[in-house]
Amino acid sequence: MLDWLAQLGRHGLGFFERLGRGHLLLLALLRGLPGLLLRPRLVVQQIYAIGVLSLLIIVVSGTFVGMVLGLQLYNTLVDFGAEASLGPVVALTLVRELGPVVTALLFAGRAGSALTAEIGLMKATEQLSGMEMMAVDPVKRVLAPRFLGGIIAMPLLAAIFSLVGVYGGYFVGVGLLGVDEGSYWSQMQSMVDFDDDVMNGVIKSLVFGVVVTWIAVFEGNDAVPTSEGVSRATTRTVVHSSLAVLGLDFVLTALMFGVD
Amino acid sequence: MAEDLNSPLVEIRGLRFARGKRVIFDGVDLDIRRGKITAIMGPSGTGKTTLLKLIGGQLRPSAGSVTVDGLNVHTLRHGALYELRKRMGMLFQSGALLTDLNVYENVAFPLREHTDLPESMLRDLVLMKLEAVGLRGARGLMANELSGGMARRVALARAIALDPMMIMYDEPFTGQDPISMGVLVKLIRSLNDALGLTSVIVSHDVQETAAISDYIYLLSDGRVVAHGSPEELNRSSSDWAQQFMQGLPDGPVPFHYRAAPYADDLMTGREGRV
Repeated sequence: MLDWLAQLGRHGLGFFERLGRGHLLLLALLRGLPGLLLRPRLVVQQIYAIGVLSLLIIVVSGTFVGMVLGLQLYNTLVDFGAEASLGPVVALTLVRELGPVVTALLFAGRAGSALTAEIGLMKATEQLSGMEMMAVDPVKRVLAPRFLGGIIAMPLLAAIFSLVGVYGGYFVGVGLLGVDEGSYWSQMQSMVDFDDDVMNGVIKSLVFGVVVTWIAVFEGNDAVPTSEGVSRATTRTVVHSSLAVLGLDFVLTALMFGVD
Repeated sequence: MAEDLNSPLVEIRGLRFARGKRVIFDGVDLDIRRGKITAIMGPSGTGKTTLLKLIGGQLRPSAGSVTVDGLNVHTLRHGALYELRKRMGMLFQSGALLTDLNVYENVAFPLREHTDLPESMLRDLVLMKLEAVGLRGARGLMANELSGGMARRVALARAIALDPMMIMYDEPFTGQDPISMGVLVKLIRSLNDALGLTSVIVSHDVQETAAISDYIYLLSDGRVVAHGSPEELNRSSSDWAQQFMQGLPDGPVPFHYRAAPYADDLMTGREGRV
């Protein structure tokens, strides 16, 4: 019993230690951001590696999610004779919720895990330590560009996800199920508000981008420098950032849409 | 520098360092003299690599001081420490080359990070450094296409890219075939003399290291147990120095790791317990 309590205590302390290290790293990352203004190439490289290389999975998933939405919502709406509202319902679902959330989950799996593995292996092969000894700060040179790249890439990916999703819904609703094309688009135009819907979606995806990339970069930097350590860190990135995204989504939704 | 040229480049005084409950250094004093090759030797696990990381300021001691060229490494602010590191090169055991860059870019890396040289001058510098280690022809290869010995030579070219005042070698000879071992031995000596460097070699390859070093410190159990020139140590009457220099399996360093008496261990064993 006492052993069990001691172990619980150790786990608790370990958790708070990691939390503290994570926040210290976040501070160091933020301090590293201004320096990147002088070296935009480093960030562009990361936007390519993190964002552009994730495009395929985002576009394919967005299309299918949009198609499924079109199909499911049509079946419900048609019972009330409201199938003309398919456009705004698909768009609102995507822009407010599914765009940011599903993109962030895919982003954690595709880009977050890659970031953690890359940084963890750089640590395991002493590349980060080597940089330090060459008087190059790895936080500024390696971690900060990846952090900023992820923050920039994530909202763009979420926007693309929502866009192709709307077209996926259009393809099923208008193309296959015969919803009127004019009402699909015009109702969407009139019912989706830029500030309330689109911007809130952008804010969500930005927050998710920060959280997922922060977790990924931290886990890589904090990984035990062995193959097992890196593999555990990669798993933790995907699990923790997915949970963080889902939890934060509820909080943000409540703040944005819950009160009024 | 303002420091007296006869003073040691690195002075370590009363150094204590522990990892968790394991004490790695317990009052180490040593001097590394300018322009010389100083070897720090000892059995595996005596914290030789840790010592280099303490000198480089990557780790903090729990007590004692490390002074490099008159600067106390562990009281320096971040910026000053990084300035000091520009004047120290370190060769990691693995080479620690950046795997996403080729040989040329790896050597160019510190120059690109710390200087604003025009591309043509940078190219000349990189080729000069690569020529010094004999790998000018390998500049297009990626880090993963190099053999272990070549990777270490590229890392050496990178370490001298900024013309440092000292280089620290972490186990430079481990896992090398006789030819690349010979190449490295020659390179370390000739670079030290040609560039006026101060070299610190951490190693347990006694013959190779003794052949090129001017002074040797032997570490064991967190302390300096013997020091002197290679000849002095070879003649030393200390059992410990003899065991290490001759590579004897048993002596002051026992063959067995500390354990309960053998018979007791066998008799009290229960199923499922280690």
